[in-house]
Amino acid sequence: MADITLTIDGVRVTVPEGSTVREACGQSGEAPPVLCFHDNLTPANACRACVVEVEGSRALVASCSRKAEQDMVVHTQSERVLNARRVVGELLASTSDVSLAPGVQDLLSQNAGDPARYRTGATWEQQVLDDNGLYVRDYAKCILCYRCVEACGEDAQNTFAITVAGRGFEAHIDAGFGRSMPDSDCVFCGNCVAVCPTGALIDRSEYTLRQTGAWQEEAVSTTETVCSYCGVGCDLELHVLDNRIVKVTSPMDHPVTHGMLCVKGRYAYQYVQIEDEMPERA
Amino acid sequence: MREYRLLPPESVRSHPASYERLVERGFERALNRTQSLSPKTIIQEVSDAGILGRGGAAFPTGRKWASVAEAPFRPKYVVMNADESEPGTFKDRVLLMDDPLGALTGMIIAARAVGAHKGYVYIRGEYQDVEARVAEALRMLETRGFLADGLTIEIRRGAGAYIAGEETALFNSIEGRRPEPRVKPPFPTVHGLFGKPTLIQNVETLANVAVLLSESVQWFREKGTDRTPGTKLVCLSGAVQNPGVYEVAFGVPLKEILFSEELGGGLASGRALRAVLLGGAAGTFLTPQELDEVQYDYPSLRSIGASIGSGAAMVFDDTVALEDVLKLLAHFFADESCGQCVPCRVGTRRMMEILESPDGFDDAERLRDLGRAMQDASICGLGQTAPLALLSYMDRPTLWKRSAV
Ligand SMILES: Cc1cc2nc3c(=O)[nH]c(=O)nc-3n(C[C@H](O)[C@H](O)[C@H](O)COP(=O)(O)O)c2cc1C
Ligand code: SF4
Ligand code: SF4
Ligand code: SF4
Ligand code: FES
Repeated sequence: MADITLTIDGVRVTVPEGSTVREACGQSGEAPPVLCFHDNLTPANACRACVVEVEGSRALVASCSRKAEQDMVVHTQSERVLNARRVVGELLASTSDVSLAPGVQDLLSQNAGDPARYRTGATWEQQVLDDNGLYVRDYAKCILCYRCVEACGEDAQNTFAITVAGRGFEAHIDAGFGRSMPDSDCVFCGNCVAVCPTGALIDRSEYTLRQTGAWQEEAVSTTETVCSYCGVGCDLELHVLDNRIVKVTSPMDHPVTHGMLCVKGRYAYQYVQIEDEMPERA
Repeated sequence: MREYRLLPPESVRSHPASYERLVERGFERALNRTQSLSPKTIIQEVSDAGILGRGGAAFPTGRKWASVAEAPFRPKYVVMNADESEPGTFKDRVLLMDDPLGALTGMIIAARAVGAHKGYVYIRGEYQDVEARVAEALRMLETRGFLADGLTIEIRRGAGAYIAGEETALFNSIEGRRPEPRVKPPFPTVHGLFGKPTLIQNVETLANVAVLLSESVQWFREKGTDRTPGTKLVCLSGAVQNPGVYEVAFGVPLKEILFSEELGGGLASGRALRAVLLGGAAGTFLTPQELDEVQYDYPSLRSIGASIGSGAAMVFDDTVALEDVLKLLAHFFADESCGQCVPCRVGTRRMMEILESPDGFDDAERLRDLGRAMQDASICGLGQTAPLALLSYMDRPTLWKRSAV
């Protein structure tokens, strides 16, 4: 593939054709911050945390999805860019509970954002939706990054159980007509949970431990293994706290799973920790 | 002063959707003539005439046609954008009711020029009378064999969303998806409806094509300015004697549109003018002084940071507090945001809340930071232009808080 040379903050950078502007930025300095972007998902272009200034373009440009072009002149630290980043962080913090969203917290702290500046009215505060045994939905924490929708749809699961409904500030993730997850098309693969950056989707095990104050992030260790259910042989990471499995994930860079699992691999781990009970012999 | 090119003069009496009308307006001539012209020649004429898109962005129409024609993929589509939902904008409705064959003729010619065999007319859902009129006109054209080369044209009805008028949201709507705008590039000319090269034009743009090709480039350029040839439909509303849709040549003094007897006829109540909101909800407030200085043309308006937009001009007299108007506009955008991107989804809401709070206009820095982030970082024109009216007001202290009488 041909190479592309462009100028980023005054520095000439050469990248392979097809690279994004953000990838090019990462070569010469710090890549712009991202919230909705995920390596394994189609860019949603929704959060706008990653915008940069491209000369000749009236509006700022989402660096996570825009392809680098020959002789582009990019500014990642202009006043317009910094204002946009800061306001995006402030707007999200004015709406959602970002306590489990490190990305938003970083965006705020790195841009001197004031989480209270735009707290002028409505928020997304709402009841936690606790309708199935495997994961909990706390949409007060949602930032509508579209990752879950994409993981459930064409990017991974192809189940299409969830989508965005409503418009404007009322836009929200929905399983169709406000249905509960068990009534929806959901197959409980938990791939939406795996990509959610805010804790809005959270495994029941982790949720329960957090509720009781027993979750200790630092004390969680991970063990790699291979799923024992079928011949695909997905890589699993068992997250263990106090010698109990509290969460199962798969490495996002794994060539087979790309971080995605099925309901058995992700949630059917209880048998591992049930002590054998030998039947009494007659 | 008042022109009759796109709008039929009163002497035209035939039924708007009839074959007689097609002949009377010269559109049959345009259709027959272009059948014998090569696509290249048609595109050349459209380029030479200097038609700019009338849907708001004023993009050169000929360039758009050339780029769809050159796009390597098939099939190609042509779409007429009749979603018309910008507040204060009601010209496409009048055009399609009074002379539907013009825009449809332009569309048939466009399809031939770019090599499309399928067309869609996307009509605002509330415009049921318009839809019936367009359907009738389309049937006549079909029956008489004017849809040549296997061209079929379908009507699609919007479902009450302003955002569905944004071209890529409109494609999603036709495809049966949520009308969320797509990121550009890629542009519709190469990746449009169903991912195929698509020509999308406003109703008025296509009507211009029809009158152009029924006459000649030279005739077309007789009206308007050298940079912006032709005429424009203006939607005049608010505190004028004669609100309505008027056709004027580009370059007329803006003042005349408001005050000429043939057009606006001056302020209705005999009161003083406070401001004109030019270009719709996403437009710019102009002071009476500015109004005196500019012509109705892009370069002149650009010098004061304004634009023609969709052709709306809302007139406010001195009984109106512009702060109240801004609150209504903010409400409109908060209602109509699709919700996809953060600056617009949350920004339109916060702007509305801030303006509605008692001392909302006081913290100028907070409002400006928000407005600039929306302008700079939103995905589409809705979020990018939602703060324009507010920012234009903030830049013009003579418009501030003079209490309504
Ligand atoms: C929020 C939004 C709403 C729009 N609504 C309309 C509309 O109702 N009708 C229209 O012709 N163009 C509308 N546009 C502009 C279209 O995206 C597009 O530029 C236009 O249809 C192109 O046609 P033209 O080149 O003939 O102007 C809208 C744009 C935005 C951002
Ligand atoms: S658990 Fe799987 S199927 Fe269910 S909503 Fe999430 S991604 Fe879709
Ligand atoms: S639930 Fe999580 S993944 Fe889904 S949109 Fe909200 S924040 Fe993003
Ligand atoms: S700017 Fe507003 S309307 Fe446009 S994509 Fe973003 S949220 Fe939707
Ligand atoms: S990370 Fe680029 S738009 Fe969200």
